[in-house]
Amino acid sequence: MATTVVGAGSSHAAEEILQYRDLLFMLTWRDIKIRYKQSIMGFLWALLMPVLIVGSGLIVTVAFSTISGRPVNADDVLSVAVKAVPWAFFVAAIRFATNSLVMNKELVTKIYFPREILPVAAVLANCFDFAVAASVLALVLTVMKVGATAHLLWLPVLLGLLVLLTVGLALLLSCANLFFRDVKYLVEVLLTYGIFFTPVFYSANRLGKWSTALLLNPVSPILEAINDTVVGKRPPDAAWLTYSAAWAVLGSLLAWKIFQRAEAVFAEKI
Amino acid sequence: MSDTAIEFSGVWKKFARGEQYDSLRDLIPSLAKWLFSTNHRGELQKKEFWALKDVSFRVGHGEALGIIGPNGSGKSTILKLLSRILRPDKGDLRVNGRLGALIELGAGFHPDLTGRENIYLNGTILGMKRSEIDRKFDAIVDFCELRDFLDTPVKRYSSGMFARLGFSVAAHVDPDVLLVDEVLSVGDYHFQQKCFDKMREFVQKGTSLIFVSHNMTAVSTLCTSALLLRKGEPVFQGDVSVAMQKYHSFYEEQTCSEYIELLEAEVRGSSGETREVFRPGEKLTFEVTLRALADIRDAHPGLMIHTMDGQCIFVTATSRLSAERLQLKKGECASVVFGLDMNLQSNVFLLGFTVTPELEVPGEWLYHNPRLKKIVMRDEHRSHGFVHLNPRADLFVEPRVERRAIATR
Repeated sequence: MATTVVGAGSSHAAEEILQYRDLLFMLTWRDIKIRYKQSIMGFLWALLMPVLIVGSGLIVTVAFSTISGRPVNADDVLSVAVKAVPWAFFVAAIRFATNSLVMNKELVTKIYFPREILPVAAVLANCFDFAVAASVLALVLTVMKVGATAHLLWLPVLLGLLVLLTVGLALLLSCANLFFRDVKYLVEVLLTYGIFFTPVFYSANRLGKWSTALLLNPVSPILEAINDTVVGKRPPDAAWLTYSAAWAVLGSLLAWKIFQRAEAVFAEKI
Repeated sequence: MSDTAIEFSGVWKKFARGEQYDSLRDLIPSLAKWLFSTNHRGELQKKEFWALKDVSFRVGHGEALGIIGPNGSGKSTILKLLSRILRPDKGDLRVNGRLGALIELGAGFHPDLTGRENIYLNGTILGMKRSEIDRKFDAIVDFCELRDFLDTPVKRYSSGMFARLGFSVAAHVDPDVLLVDEVLSVGDYHFQQKCFDKMREFVQKGTSLIFVSHNMTAVSTLCTSALLLRKGEPVFQGDVSVAMQKYHSFYEEQTCSEYIELLEAEVRGSSGETREVFRPGEKLTFEVTLRALADIRDAHPGLMIHTMDGQCIFVTATSRLSAERLQLKKGECASVVFGLDMNLQSNVFLLGFTVTPELEVPGEWLYHNPRLKKIVMRDEHRSHGFVHLNPRADLFVEPRVERRAIATR
């Protein structure tokens, strides 16, 4: 029989979160189900954001080529599409997860379970949308005869890093938003303009010596690497990818630590 | 495995009064305070107060502890600490085994999901595995009697249906330790009985129970011991009836009136001695001495008996018993003596005293105190209810007579 001791500074271990994996599954399922229940567009919602981003990306690309005099080539367009889908995931997941603790106030103040599950489930629910959009994109790429290479084997690693990075940020932001409700507005603004600080519409090297600044955003090297492996058919830049991986791993560990520290007072401060 | 199911040792918990900072603008001052203040758990800061002060108790396996006390005494805080929603500021607590809570039924329900979907969602929130819910699904549905509405979104449920579904899921967690907070008020009488029986069944199976309620009858039937709290401090722990007696003396109070001042009020037994505890059928004398603070004409004194839950048991007045009225000049004194046969069951009752003006207007009194004295009824028969009907029973084993009786009904 399990004994639970609760003192002033105790926190639960990772194994307890594993015990609650069924809850993680159910909350993820709930978040997906709710999104598609009583909606006209249904699964089209998963495509709306990426399509809009690709659309605006096309305009930016055309504008660039008009200014630079370089003709638009098919790869540029594909690049925008390939980077727009993961970016749309990142934006939607962060936006949804930031609010996840506050939205589930009823649960946070009334029932005990490891609170990490809420932001993580929010991210996972968006993974589902991501998967829908990515499947459509894969279909488009196949139709357009973008050949597969061995470099595609990088994809699981890259997507894993992106999800890990998102989870870390989601833990931190959901927790911050619980204490300070204006965090979500700040996040909205940052996500809206974040696209200009991330190489989605163009590739980082277009900026010349400023490309380093752009790649310091830990999402950027991952998007670039996805583009490299899918459209560019070349291995990703190892140095920058390591940089992003460090952010994803260390960042999410640190975020989790902070989350656990703050968790004790969630029910009182929400 | 130890014999202890729940142990609370020296638990302190504080809360803050008033508004707290909740926007980024307030972050910097609060962070600075957090950095430079050396202690912030053990002692009170400005605007903080102790919701629980040094509470310790222990509940063994299969025991049922009732927690009673006025509003704001910290009862729910104890439950929230036990269910790990809150953490103590000082001291620690220990729970052996799986914890179930009949608190905030249906808190995890999502209105857009169907009953079936919510059973799974809420079940996992309460700590069950999906396979476990698969196994118990039929039992859950049968208990809440909502099989026909399983595929209806719960936002279309009535509040009673909602609560029934919530109770049903929570009751099937099979906990080793069960926390219950005033949930018996859900549903109709039939369902309330069902919930109550379910809780009794848990206790009989060896589940430890912590029961928070204002319903003294429920506490006394369900619990083996009780903890009485007042403003976060434990006042008494032990025998349920003693705890209830002590609780009720919180309620004896004095009332001021501009017409009448009470000089003395005594409850006496048949031989004239002052007492508080009576047995069913005994005679009680209630003697009140009062002084008029103004001229009083044609007033009639009365008495009333309430349960601790505020249910009125008995009301009478001199106007109903004799034709005499109270006539007093300012400063004069008078005594009123009531005689009662205490045909009441084991419980604690409050004896009140009123003086009504000549023309009875509801809500207008010259003097009104429904909680003047406390009376404790003790009865070894252990029958239930409020009135004592002096019960007798004989059993006749005559099968043929019995059958005829049923047939002619």
